[in-house]
Amino acid sequence: MKKDFVIATFECDEKLLHTTEKVISKNIDIYDIYTPFPVHGLDEAMGIKRSVLPYVTFAAGLTGLLIAMGFQVWTSAIDWPIIIGGKPFLSIPAFIPITFEITILLGAHTTVAAFLLMNKLYPGKQAVIIDPGQTDDKFIMAIEKDKTNVEDVTALLKENGAIEVRVQNIDLNP
Amino acid sequence: MSDAHVSKFRQKLVTEDRTYKQITADVLDTLEAPPTKAWLIGFSISAFFLTIGVMVMIYQVSTGIGVWGLNKTVGWSWDITNFVFWVGIGHAGTLISAILLIFRQRWRTGINRAAEAMTIFAVACAGIFPLIHAGRPWLLYWVFPYPNTRGALWVNFNSPLLWDVFAISTYLTVSVVFWYMGLLPDLASVRDRTKSKMRKMIYGIACFGWNGSTRTWHHFEVLSLVLAGLATPLVLSVHTIVSMDFATSIVPGWHTTIFPPYFVAGAVFSGFAMVCTLMIITRKVMNWENYITVNHIDAMCKVITLTGSMVGLAYGTEFFMAWYSGNPYEQYAFINRAFGPYWWAYWTMISCNVITPQFFWFKKLRRNMTFVFIVSIFVNIGMWFERFVIITTSLHRDFLPSSWVMYSPTWVEIWTFIGTFGLFFTLFFLFIRFLPGIAVAEVKSVYRYARDNK
Repeated sequence: MKKDFVIATFECDEKLLHTTEKVISKNIDIYDIYTPFPVHGLDEAMGIKRSVLPYVTFAAGLTGLLIAMGFQVWTSAIDWPIIIGGKPFLSIPAFIPITFEITILLGAHTTVAAFLLMNKLYPGKQAVIIDPGQTDDKFIMAIEKDKTNVEDVTALLKENGAIEVRVQNIDLNP
Repeated sequence: MSDAHVSKFRQKLVTEDRTYKQITADVLDTLEAPPTKAWLIGFSISAFFLTIGVMVMIYQVSTGIGVWGLNKTVGWSWDITNFVFWVGIGHAGTLISAILLIFRQRWRTGINRAAEAMTIFAVACAGIFPLIHAGRPWLLYWVFPYPNTRGALWVNFNSPLLWDVFAISTYLTVSVVFWYMGLLPDLASVRDRTKSKMRKMIYGIACFGWNGSTRTWHHFEVLSLVLAGLATPLVLSVHTIVSMDFATSIVPGWHTTIFPPYFVAGAVFSGFAMVCTLMIITRKVMNWENYITVNHIDAMCKVITLTGSMVGLAYGTEFFMAWYSGNPYEQYAFINRAFGPYWWAYWTMISCNVITPQFFWFKKLRRNMTFVFIVSIFVNIGMWFERFVIITTSLHRDFLPSSWVMYSPTWVEIWTFIGTFGLFFTLFFLFIRFLPGIAVAEVKSVYRYARDNK
């Protein structure tokens, strides 16, 4: 859905970070900030909640661990026990390496899948680019126009080092 | 985020002063320009050897691996040597991308992309050898436990060779996704700056619609940490399991508990040598000397000396334990290694792996690119011989003296090995031509390290 956004362009990550802190302290909601590289502290300044990805990893890893161990026990000791080298059917230590690998395998791939889903990233997705420089050297801040007073926020942004502030009608979340 | 406390002792990670725009251009312009002569020559040579390798592979698969020099006594030799050699090389990439990330070693940003690519290509080369050794590679899916018509006969979960299958497949796939996720922001940069419609489309599809949203970056950084946290024990487990292919057997010279740490140290040792070999060429050819700096090479040389010394210690420990165990078979295996018919391989290994890395105690030598390049080649040779010595000398004089034999490779084995070098370098040349060879976004994020200018 297309909406009006106040779009501010910065050229310096330091200034951007300070401005973000100021904007947030004035209780203005920032829709998003587009940067060519992760600016440290920006997510905190914007008040982004801590990512839930580690929990996904833990759950997936645990699932992998249980599946791998359960499957090895079932095949080797229950479904078709075969004597190999006189070893016991239920030789848990020998099952550890594969259990470990499957834990990592499931943990890693599920986390990546969750990351892609949560951020709606997939091959061939049409990216919404406000300024081609946002993956190069420009830092773009987007604030929803309805949620703020355009003149005030423009003045604030300009004062704090935005090189350009404009209003643009764009669909940022297709 | 104040720059007031920049320490004088910190060294700049990017040596020259650049703007963010220039950093992007320095790395990505090569993707837009027509290939250079150096690239074309290098690529053609690699592709030539790859072609020969492919032909030789077709020949041995269609004829059967009887064309190898293996015999009844020596059932493993060049094939498994090459397998372990390539897997080991891969370990440096994961070490740089994962372990150094966890340790917050920011200098990794200059080399992590290329080192991870190297990991993937090396593991791909490694996989070829067990694949061919299986004899009928089209039946290789039999190694996976799947419901089958043989009464659902399951694979043997007690076998370290099966552990290896799981370890290597996990390692390869996890390395690929880790690497590819890191590529997304840089592929988006290519998409946004290219003038060619074709490139815009291809890189646009490949970058998954990345637009640099801070919300995405936040998840992205957590993802990197999580994957690094998973890849770190993974990389240690992979070579541990490779070593168990040997250590869980009862062959004298293999049956030792020292193998896992010894193999992991050796893997990192050989891997860093290969990274040095590649990076010294790449920084020169691609004009990336500001990004892959002498400090990077210096730091890697320190890792080489550390791991090389660990490997040296392991050689000594093995010999000591053979004597101390009082086991005559174990003792014979080691005497035979050092003074038997393969003495030359053993002493090549000792001189390349134990002696050469000790030169890196001297800062002058660590910062001399020609010298480092030569030593890195020696280390690679030495680490190949290490695996050859471990595998072949333990097997060729086995339990019955009547079956003692010598092993030498046939032309097929030699050309298959050369072919994998062709594959490795072909992939690496394609990589630096078509993908961002330096993690641009990551370099930008550490650019201001030890800098106070705005």
